[in-house]
Amino acid sequence: MTSLPLPSAEVDASQARPALAPLRFVAGGLVAAATLAAALALGAAVGETSIPVETVAKTVANRLWGAGHALDPIDEGIVWNYRIARALVAACCGASLALCGVVLQSLLRNALADPYILGISAGASSGAVAVAILGLGSGFVSLSLGAFAGALLAFGLVALLALGAGRGPAAIILAGIAGSQLFNALTSFVVTKSATADQARGIMFWLLGNLSGVRWPDVSLAVPVALGGLLICLAHARALDAFAFGSRSAASLGVPVKRVYAVLIAACAFMTATMVSIVGSIGFVGLVIPHAARLVVGVRHGRLLPASALIGATFMIAADVLSRTVIPGQVLPIGVMTALVGAPAFAMILIHRPVAR
Amino acid sequence: MMLSAQDLVWRAGRRAIVDRVSLDVRPGEFLGLVGPNGSGKTSLIAMLAGLRAPASGTVTLAGKPLGRMSRRDLAHRIALVEQQAETGERLTAREAVALGRTPHLSALSPWSSRDDAIVDKAMADVDMAHLASRSWQTLSGGERQRLHIARALAQEPRILILDEPTNHLDIEHQIGLLDLVRSQDLTVVAALHDLNHAAMFCDRIAVMQAGRLVALGTPADILTRRRLAEVFRVDASVEIDAAGACFIRYRRPAAMPRARHAAS
Repeated sequence: MTSLPLPSAEVDASQARPALAPLRFVAGGLVAAATLAAALALGAAVGETSIPVETVAKTVANRLWGAGHALDPIDEGIVWNYRIARALVAACCGASLALCGVVLQSLLRNALADPYILGISAGASSGAVAVAILGLGSGFVSLSLGAFAGALLAFGLVALLALGAGRGPAAIILAGIAGSQLFNALTSFVVTKSATADQARGIMFWLLGNLSGVRWPDVSLAVPVALGGLLICLAHARALDAFAFGSRSAASLGVPVKRVYAVLIAACAFMTATMVSIVGSIGFVGLVIPHAARLVVGVRHGRLLPASALIGATFMIAADVLSRTVIPGQVLPIGVMTALVGAPAFAMILIHRPVAR
Repeated sequence: MMLSAQDLVWRAGRRAIVDRVSLDVRPGEFLGLVGPNGSGKTSLIAMLAGLRAPASGTVTLAGKPLGRMSRRDLAHRIALVEQQAETGERLTAREAVALGRTPHLSALSPWSSRDDAIVDKAMADVDMAHLASRSWQTLSGGERQRLHIARALAQEPRILILDEPTNHLDIEHQIGLLDLVRSQDLTVVAALHDLNHAAMFCDRIAVMQAGRLVALGTPADILTRRRLAEVFRVDASVEIDAAGACFIRYRRPAAMPRARHAAS
C-alpha cells in the first residue's frame, strides 16, 4: 500500500474539480444517511433486552407506512416508544452540541470553546433546581421548561455582559466564565441549602445527562431544532471559513461580522438550551467531536459542519447504548459515558495534533 | 474609482489617534503612508478600508460613503492585507488564498473553475504555486505574507490596502513583494516603514505625525533632510539622481563628547 501523507490527501480532496463536486456531495450524503441509519438501528436493537435489527426494521415499516408485519406488541412498543425516540433525541443532541462546538471554536478562535461556554448549562441547572427544589412554577412548570428558561436567562446575562465588555472573543469567553460561575454557585447554594439527599442525587443525575425520560414529544422538539440549526450553520459555512485569520480579516473579506456573530451565537444558544432542557448538560461532545471531525475532513466548514453533526449524532447514540448496557441492570448517566470515552479521545488528539509554529 | 477621506477623526479615549485627516487616493497610484510609530497609520488604514467607522468625517469610494455600502460590495472593491494576521487552523497555503474568493461566492454562485483559475494565478503571482499544498503552520513569515497578498489579489479588488506588508521579510522579499504589488493594475495604499522603499515604489507619499497628515506629495518633494529631522528625528542626507529617484542615507546621531575624553 502506498501511503500518502495526510495533508496532501486533504488537499486533493479540497481541490476536487467542479465536475466531481456534485458526485462527492451525493456520495457524502449517502454515507452520512447510511451511518446515521445504522446507528439508529443499533440504538434501537441493543439494550437490556436485545431485539433483532430485523424487528426494528419491521417496527419502523409498520409505524411509518403500515406494512402490517406481525410482531410481538411488547417488542414493537419498546422499539418504537422508547428506543427509537431515545436514539433520535440522542442523535439530535449529539449533532447540535457538535455543531455548536464547531461554530463557537471558530468564532471565538479558541480550541477550548464548547456549547456551554455561553453559560447555558449553568443557567439550565439553576432553572432545573429552581423548579425541582424550590418549587418555582408551583407544579405547572416542568423541569425541562425551567431548565430552558434558566439557560436563556443565563445566556442573556452573558450576552449583555459581553456586549458591555467589548464584544470581542475574549469578552465573550470571560463573560461566559463569569455567568457560568454565578449560576453554578446559585445551583450549589440551592442544592446545599434546601435539597433532601434524594433531590440532590436526582439533580446530579439530571446534570450528568439522562435520556431515560425521552419520548416522542421530545423528538418532535429536538429534530426541528437540530435540523434548523444545521441549516443555519451551513448557510454560514463560508463566513465561518473567513474567520480563520480573525474577525478583522473576515470583515475585509466581505463578511458582515456583527450580524454573523449575532445570528450564529443566538442559534447556538437556542440549540444548546433546547438540548440541555431535554437531556441535561452532556459534556465533552461539543468540545471533542469538532476536533475529531477536523482531523477527518479538514477545517473547511462546508464539510466540517455536516461531518461534525454526523459524528456527534453517531457518537451520542453509541454513548447512550453503552450507558445502558455497560453495567447490567443499571443505567449510567450518559455524560459519564461521553466523558469517559471523550477524555482519552481528546488526549489522543492533543498528542497527535501537528504542533503549531 | 477614487477613494477619498474627509476630515477623518479617530479617538482612543480623549486622545485623537487620527486628527482631521483628508486625502484623495488617485485611481491607479501607489500611495505610501509613512510616519513614526504611533502616528496613526494603522488607524487611518482601518478607516480607509472601511473596517472602522471614523468618530467624525467620512471615507467615500467613487463618491459613496463606505458606511452606506454592504461589507460584500466593499470587499469586491477594496482588499486589505493586515500586519501579520495569524491562524491556528490547519489550513493549506491554497486554502488560505482561496478565502479571497469569499465575497464573490454565494449559494447562487458556488465555487467554480473560474475561482480555481483565479486562485491559481494569485498563487503563481506571488511565486507560491509550488507550495500550494503545504500547511500554513509550516511556512515561514515571508511565505505567509506572500500568501496574504495572494489572498488579497484573489479577491480581485480595485484598491489594495496594505499595513506594513514587508515587516519580518528579508530584503529580497521586501523589494520583491513591493515590486509585485506595484506591477498589479491596482490602486495601492501602503503603510511603509522603510523610507527608501517608499521612495522607490510610491507615486506619492503621505506623512503622518501625531495623528495628522503633515505632508503629501512625490517622494522627491516629501523626503527632504529637514522633514526627516522634524518628523522622524533622524539626521539623513537625501540624494536625487539624474532620473529623479531619491535615496536616503542615514547618519549616526552626533555623539556628545565622552566624559573621559573631556577629562583627559
